[in-house]
Amino acid sequence: MSPLLTVDGLGVTFPGTHAVRDVSFTLDKGECLAIVGESGSGKSVTARSLVGLAGDTAGVTARTLEFDGTDLTGLGERGWRRVRGGRIGLVLQDALVSLDPLRTVGAEIAEALRAHRDVPRAQVRGEVLRLLERAGVPEPEVRAGQYPHQLSGGLRQRALIASALAGDPDLLIADEPTTALDVTVQARVLDLLDQLKAEGRALLLISHDLAVVSRLADRVAVMYGGLLVEEGSTREILDGPRHPYTRALAAAVPSAAARGTRLAPVRHVGEPALADGCPYAARCARADDLCRTTPPPPAPLRCHHPERGPVLRVVGPAVERPEAGERLLTVEGVSKAYGGRPAVRDASLYLDRGEALGVVGESGSGKTTLARIALGLVKPDSGTVTFAGVPWSELPERRRRPLRRRVQTIVQDPLGSFDPRHDSGALLGEALGLAGVPRSARRARAADLLDRVGLPSSVARRRPAELSGGQRQRVAIARALASEPELIVCDEPVSALDVSVQAQILDLLTALRADLSLSLLFISHDLGVIAHISDRVAVMKDAEIVETEETVRLLSSPAHPYSRDLFAAVPSLAVDPA
Amino acid sequence: MRDRLRRPSLVLAWAALALLALAALFPGLFTGRSPIEVDAALSLRPPGPDHWFGTDQLGRDQYARVVHGARPSLVIGLGAILFAVAAGALYGLASALLGRFADRVLMGVADILLALPQLLLALVALAVLGSGQVNVMIAIALAFLPGYARLMRAEARVVRTSGYVETSVTLGQGPVARAFRHVLPNALGPLLILASAGFGMSLIAASALSFLGFGAEPPSPEWGVMLAEGRALLQSAWWLGVFPGAAITLTVVAVTIAGRAAQARFTRRTAG
Amino acid sequence: MKTQAPSRRARALRAGAARLAGVVAVLWGAATLAFLALALIPGDPVTILLGPFTTASQEIRDQIAADHDLDKPLYQRYLIYLGNLVTGDMGESYQLQKPVFDALAEALGPTVELALAAVVIAVGIAVVSAVLTAGREGRLHRLATAWELIAVSLPSHWLGILLLTAFSFQLKIFPVVGGSGAAALVLPALTLALPIAGVLAQVLREGLEAALAQPFAVTARARGLSRREVRLRHALRHAAVPLATLSGWLAGTLLGGAVIVETVFGRPGFGALALQSAMNKDMPVLIGIVLVSALVFVVLSALIDAFHLLVDPRLRT
Repeated sequence: MSPLLTVDGLGVTFPGTHAVRDVSFTLDKGECLAIVGESGSGKSVTARSLVGLAGDTAGVTARTLEFDGTDLTGLGERGWRRVRGGRIGLVLQDALVSLDPLRTVGAEIAEALRAHRDVPRAQVRGEVLRLLERAGVPEPEVRAGQYPHQLSGGLRQRALIASALAGDPDLLIADEPTTALDVTVQARVLDLLDQLKAEGRALLLISHDLAVVSRLADRVAVMYGGLLVEEGSTREILDGPRHPYTRALAAAVPSAAARGTRLAPVRHVGEPALADGCPYAARCARADDLCRTTPPPPAPLRCHHPERGPVLRVVGPAVERPEAGERLLTVEGVSKAYGGRPAVRDASLYLDRGEALGVVGESGSGKTTLARIALGLVKPDSGTVTFAGVPWSELPERRRRPLRRRVQTIVQDPLGSFDPRHDSGALLGEALGLAGVPRSARRARAADLLDRVGLPSSVARRRPAELSGGQRQRVAIARALASEPELIVCDEPVSALDVSVQAQILDLLTALRADLSLSLLFISHDLGVIAHISDRVAVMKDAEIVETEETVRLLSSPAHPYSRDLFAAVPSLAVDPA
Repeated sequence: MRDRLRRPSLVLAWAALALLALAALFPGLFTGRSPIEVDAALSLRPPGPDHWFGTDQLGRDQYARVVHGARPSLVIGLGAILFAVAAGALYGLASALLGRFADRVLMGVADILLALPQLLLALVALAVLGSGQVNVMIAIALAFLPGYARLMRAEARVVRTSGYVETSVTLGQGPVARAFRHVLPNALGPLLILASAGFGMSLIAASALSFLGFGAEPPSPEWGVMLAEGRALLQSAWWLGVFPGAAITLTVVAVTIAGRAAQARFTRRTAG
Repeated sequence: MKTQAPSRRARALRAGAARLAGVVAVLWGAATLAFLALALIPGDPVTILLGPFTTASQEIRDQIAADHDLDKPLYQRYLIYLGNLVTGDMGESYQLQKPVFDALAEALGPTVELALAAVVIAVGIAVVSAVLTAGREGRLHRLATAWELIAVSLPSHWLGILLLTAFSFQLKIFPVVGGSGAAALVLPALTLALPIAGVLAQVLREGLEAALAQPFAVTARARGLSRREVRLRHALRHAAVPLATLSGWLAGTLLGGAVIVETVFGRPGFGALALQSAMNKDMPVLIGIVLVSALVFVVLSALIDAFHLLVDPRLRT
């Protein structure tokens, strides 16, 4: 029996770029294939070209593109419209923008219904409610009449899945279906997709996160630079990845187990490959002239020099944690409410010199407000913050200003924290000036700082808007270091970055801790990141800190029921033994 | 792709603006004739090799008048927009930074002015001030001011709560340094961009007010005045109603194209 | 659920009351500013009243001053003026020998007719142009941007003259000046409408393009909808939202444009009256026009806000 979907030699070009090159895979009913890659790898374009929506300027070619006996390559607009929704459903990331915000959820599902099935007008509503129920939406009668912005992220995503199921497609393509969701919600949406797979639907899952897909996918395909570089069963890919990129990707995932090891390989900058060469050659330590000039061998393992064996971890710089440290930051019973709604309630924590304290929680749990209170940007309604023995939160700003250089911050969106008119050199210069560095010494010090965060000094002449996300975050870290602070408050500093870049930044922060005995207050929604970097972890839920514990002990035996739920939902690379 | 298509029009626009500037500064480069010299023998000649744009009832060469009209036509519009931007920026900044009470009062007044048609506002101002070129400038500036003030205030408030201003707090920068190093320069950008588009509007307004009889007065070759004079003779001399208006329109088109290109560049620069 | 209903109604009522207070505040503010402008006017109002060529005795001048309360201190005049306004009395015109109210009432009809015709034409042109060209590359798109650019750059006094020259003097299709009936309305309405159509088409097209670039447009097409269905069922509604924010600009442009159009075409109306009273420094009439304009603006914004709420559910919560 031939597979449900056969893709052979798919190529997609846009004016000026070759987005997807020679991609081949097959998919059967009841099977789940995950395509994993970082942004720009061509994974979304691949998914969209399967429903003919790669874009008006896209040129799509393929030796074979066959779905259930239908040749998709020869389809006109009319033919595509029968396939879309009816045979192949597409679910995009973040339903807040993927559902029409001006129409009710019910209207969206009804529209999908009418496009493919001849449902009598009187039965449309009943059918919409049934679909919502199938997608696990409680109270479908109420939800059908609501707008996307009135639903929680999880319900919204379920409603979007319901609309994709309306035409009863045999194949569901889900492009980053859980990326914008909190981990516990993400776990439940993945369960729903698993259920759809069990019903016999084929599932094509697109994700940047190897860990997320590993719990659902039967097979994993890894994309890099428009090329499907490695494909195999999920177990094969996780246990013994062979392509250097896949190995780097697997090693980059932060976790408690990876503590003390480097997440990113030692940075290697090679020559870029010729047009036909291996796209990974520029970043690959094993690349040679063959890689740069000759197309990689055909699927499933597209590498001239694959590796074998388990992924070895490189031991990173040792961070010494002082035994009985000096108390640096004390937060005692702080509360803060906005418009009557508590953002932080009676939160207490402490941080010793040289220590890293992680604060983990889902969106809206109050992490960021807590960080801003610790920074002295928000005055708590009650409670106190003490920094290095000084009553920090109670000082008037004028008296606090001279102390500010000792506490710095880095945030999720570094671009917003830079004055758009200045280049990196001017930004660092300003920070150095405020830290009291004389004008004549600033240029040299700025170059030192850039070097310290692993950037060439030429970056000083470029504005942050011209830098990549990872480079921007490095500049932000360099600026935070300008005043030689004792504490850095990090608010989701790696959440907007690709896994491999995230790995580099986490390695950098670890190295800086080791060298400068910095203290970190590290805020994140990502338990893997938190577990990797923190000595102790505070868990936040609904504005309260429910538990604070040594990282190792917390992971092995969480005391609070919410902590247990949270950890159970975290995707990990461990393969399910079942 | 789009950039390439736009570029020729942008080049043409800047070339047109350069020519206009030249005509305004040195009209003698383009014509040897006088814009005001009367010659009854040449009355109402249609456009031809001798008189490219024809002549009016008094036998004045219309081409020479259009060339010499560049200066008065551009000066009023330019003066009005500069005045409006400067006053609007100060007004908006004051509203954003001087505290809640001042903000209430200043924005209350601006909102009332915004509720009135700009041209009507200018007419009221002219009724109070009397006509004349400088008064037309003030009247147009007054009509544009509330919009600019509102934008300036909004921008200043956005910048004040932006990530980089907050970062400057954590770096230990004081409020005055912050206002001048970050708030003012960043809030001014969008205002200047809007003003480059507003220049076109102020040219149209200036010409309209002269047309209505408030600004420049005959025998000035200001383009709006020329249209007003030609209007009575449209039946017999169509050319009197065509060329001055075409000059205004081309100027405004060129200004708008250049302004939009500047705006696109600005957005690209800040959005990265 | 039931407990929510009254609180929502209470909230709506409160919003309505706040809105009404805003309307009153703007009108009161406009009246005050107008009064200040009147008080600031250089020169003796009595001289303006009498016109430049009369030589009246001091007694007559005093009498006129007393008639118009010009002999009273400023704050008293302000209170009298506000009191009269509340009862709809806007005073006497200095020049027209009739109450301001009557002068405005006479002028309102022709201008409303003109403005409505212009809005209909402008919206029609804009919707057709935008829907046909949004998101299309190539010649059609360039043509659309070009005509929009020219339309917004056209001074209406020139456009009116061009249309008059072409259609009235050369082709003799439409009457030259004044006149009544539909034929006399065509050219003025077109003159007023074209620059507005240019702006509306631009905003509408950009709104459509922004909506079509959103992920939900991809979702809709992935559902099997055709391009045109996505355009009409999804994108057009999104494009209407930014259009609504132009209401204030539209009201101002219509009234301001009427000044020029009515002058060029020799039509009676609000614009012509405004121009005439500005020329003659007939401040009571000018103030009346200011107040009516502010009222139109405020009412229009309220209507547009209601429309906004209707179109965009995100604003309702």
